[in-house]
Amino acid sequence: MKELTVEATIGSIPVITEFVDEQLEQFGCPMKAQAQIDIAIDELFSNIVHYAYHPGTGPATVRVEVVEEPLSVVITFIDQGVPYDPLAKADPDVTLSADERDIGGLGIYIVKKNMNEITYEYKDGRNILRIRKEL
Amino acid sequence: MNIEKKENGNEITLMLMGRLDTTTAPQLEAEINASLDGAQQMILDFQDLEYLSSAGLRVLLSAHKTFMKRGSGQLRIRNVNETIHEVFEVTGFLDILNIEE
Repeated sequence: MKELTVEATIGSIPVITEFVDEQLEQFGCPMKAQAQIDIAIDELFSNIVHYAYHPGTGPATVRVEVVEEPLSVVITFIDQGVPYDPLAKADPDVTLSADERDIGGLGIYIVKKNMNEITYEYKDGRNILRIRKEL
Repeated sequence: MNIEKKENGNEITLMLMGRLDTTTAPQLEAEINASLDGAQQMILDFQDLEYLSSAGLRVLLSAHKTFMKRGSGQLRIRNVNETIHEVFEVTGFLDILNIEE
């Protein structure tokens, strides 16, 4: 298990992505799964940047671990900002035309579709969001 | 992300290299806006694009709508990899954007 704590800013997204990618490469993670995990990081970390400490900023921790049966990568995002459950939102209507489209909610929807599991809890003043991707 | 621009008459091709995400989407938005005036046709070539996130979808949808409002010309996307194709598929963007198969 490895973790990294950074400031919740847009500029930290490439730092977090590189940190996670380094771990994934050690686990022999397939390229496609890695790309899907990187997308999830972009969606989930940018959510933290925009909502957790708005309009200020604060710390965010990303933890990477591998679990067995089935062999999966689990990534946990932790912040100490206001309670925010991204899973509480209804899924977007993906059948609307271009004119009717609102981009809101698509990010978390992509994560739900690409990951095997996503869970949220608010515990001890912390938002804890966890994704699991089978390798 | 790097963007390489090729002009051929009234057709502009933007070759995207790297990742289209929260950090890089503003770069593509600026490049598209800067190229719109001269471009009757715009092609986004995804040959060397690894993946895109919803921040990228936002820019693509906005550019697509601009072309639709103009009533002439087209925005087309080509050389989409499997990961990106799946993102387009689950979000319904396959039916919205002009994606060359």
